[in-house]
Amino acid sequence: MSVLFSAKNREFLLGPLSKNNPVIVQVLGICSALAVTAKLEPAIVMGLSVTAVTAFSNVILSLLRNTIPTRIRIIVQLVVVAALVIIVDQLLKAYAYEVSKQLSVYVGLIITNCIIMGRIEAFALANKPWPSLLDGIGNGLGYTVILVTIAFFRELFGSGTLFGCRIIPESWYIVNGGFYSNNGLMIMPAMALILVGLIIWAHRSKNKDLIEK
Amino acid sequence: MNKQGNTYTFLYSMILVVVVAALLSIVSLSLQPRQDENRQNEKRQNILSAIHISSSAENSAELFNKYIKEQFILNAKGEKTNGKAFNIDIAKEYKKAADQRELPVFVANVDGATKYILPIYGAGLWGPIWGYISLDDNKTTIYGTFFDHSGETPGLGAEITTPKFNEQFKSKEIFSGERLTSIRIVKGGNASGSNEVDAISGGTITSKGVEAMLKNYLTYYEPFLKQR
Amino acid sequence: MENLLNIFVRSIFIDNMIFAYFLGMCSYLAVSKTVKTSFGLGIAVIFVLLITVPVNYLLDNFVLKAGALEWLLGSDASNIDLSFLSFIMFIAIIAAMVQLVEMIVEKFAPTLYNQLGIFLPLIAVNCAIMGASLFMQQRDYASVWEATTFGLGSGIGWMLAIVCIAAIREKLKYSDIPAPLRGIGITFIVTGLMAISFMSFLGIDLSKLKPQPVKTEATAQITPDETTESCVDMRVAAKAE
Repeated sequence: MSVLFSAKNREFLLGPLSKNNPVIVQVLGICSALAVTAKLEPAIVMGLSVTAVTAFSNVILSLLRNTIPTRIRIIVQLVVVAALVIIVDQLLKAYAYEVSKQLSVYVGLIITNCIIMGRIEAFALANKPWPSLLDGIGNGLGYTVILVTIAFFRELFGSGTLFGCRIIPESWYIVNGGFYSNNGLMIMPAMALILVGLIIWAHRSKNKDLIEK
Repeated sequence: MNKQGNTYTFLYSMILVVVVAALLSIVSLSLQPRQDENRQNEKRQNILSAIHISSSAENSAELFNKYIKEQFILNAKGEKTNGKAFNIDIAKEYKKAADQRELPVFVANVDGATKYILPIYGAGLWGPIWGYISLDDNKTTIYGTFFDHSGETPGLGAEITTPKFNEQFKSKEIFSGERLTSIRIVKGGNASGSNEVDAISGGTITSKGVEAMLKNYLTYYEPFLKQR
Repeated sequence: MENLLNIFVRSIFIDNMIFAYFLGMCSYLAVSKTVKTSFGLGIAVIFVLLITVPVNYLLDNFVLKAGALEWLLGSDASNIDLSFLSFIMFIAIIAAMVQLVEMIVEKFAPTLYNQLGIFLPLIAVNCAIMGASLFMQQRDYASVWEATTFGLGSGIGWMLAIVCIAAIREKLKYSDIPAPLRGIGITFIVTGLMAISFMSFLGIDLSKLKPQPVKTEATAQITPDETTESCVDMRVAAKAE
């Protein structure tokens, strides 16, 4: 056990959560990150789906890494990832139908999520299965953290709810004689980009070594 | 064996393709029945919510059989044709020319009163919108509505699914005498007439899409609706 | 014809891959440092989209969809539904096409090839390409021409976005931006602001420029307040009715 979770392996798992976050530091996988963040629930499901796909694809390709002919390397990676995504999509359609409707085409877009291909190329093809698994889970969770943070603000200020439950009381709203109204801009896609920018700002103010020249 | 050689590369890709194809077929076949059931349950739930019956995926089939007494298909002239209304895919019908479409009708019995449920389909701001509208026995007073969409803006256009929007339609009249007026969706809380409802603020294009969708489909059903 | 024009304009301005769906952000952020390279990448993306969307459309409609194989196997095939394979087939077509484009560019435009470098093979994993095929499938276009128009329009929209941001970023180098926001942070915020300005194109509907005598279906009226922005473009469109 102590070998499995040595300091180095822990770093593979926990590093991507903040210091080496795939979205805001490595700038990977933003494509699908933003469109599903208007509400918390789809954001979490999306994050977990990506985590599952990254973890499994990392393990599978790490196992296969010494057998793959170099010339068809990219194709083999794409086939493995696409197969995993199809399985996730089918499972969602069978067991989480409502959420799968909300995610619609964005499940398919996990295939082209740069995090997955990026981690396979940069890590799984050069490492043993166990560290690859940790790296996959870590990066998937790092992605989920950003998605959930954005979705939290967008749902709270955009709709006044969290997970569909009302947080900001009805009586506060102007229509009911109060003073509050939802920020319509929050639910617009553009706001997701600005929020990511702000998160990067906050994150880099804390981690000065990440600041670009 | 030379791992960069042609034979190896070829064999490798063959094996990969066969393994992946087999795996995916197994997964797909084993989950197919469940997915179909989900789709049917959803359709039943949607139809039921047009007559104010809330159901869950589990009891939708039971409630559907309890309330829906009859279902049939109309052609463009309003004559009944053979076939099962539930199996009609309204999205596919929408693509056909207007006089080729098959128009499903569901007849429900709610506490002894007859209600007619008609599917509707149209375009919102970003993509298709659809739903069901239920009419009272007189075929002119709206009993209930259900709307859904594929990608309207959350919080704006997507509000057409909310009870708040749907409740407005209850008891509105789609006929003025013998003339089909359909429903007008007006801006800014000015709805007053017996065929007017308020639009969603910030979701005007989607609201107008709902108006157009209702107008189109009620026109298709007009021959049937005039058989009183 | 009006319909094709409508799809074309919509896919460039309204359903813009970057500003409305954030697809292809990875290469959008990585390659947008100079206008010249981003223009080259934009052309490559247009080219790949122009080929892959119609090819995938034909694949989807004549092989994968439920009952699509009827033309080949007769009515027995009406129950065959291969749509669960669509992701993997789409990505395979895309990867093959990208390979092809790479070879062509290498042969006929070696300078561009060197400039694009690693990003050319990476077009295969550009979400915009896969996304266009998936949207094409979801929106269920009526003909291969509509699908082609959509592919072309999406590509042009994507190029427009990346060239615009590259031009802005070239100027941004001289601006005094808070240190933690420099580079990627400010690019996100600028893209967000550009996306807001692109929202003002919402509601343009060219399919109604001419009244269609055969189909007398009512379509949504244009009214300039779906967005919080009021804007000139939509009023122009509304007047044109």
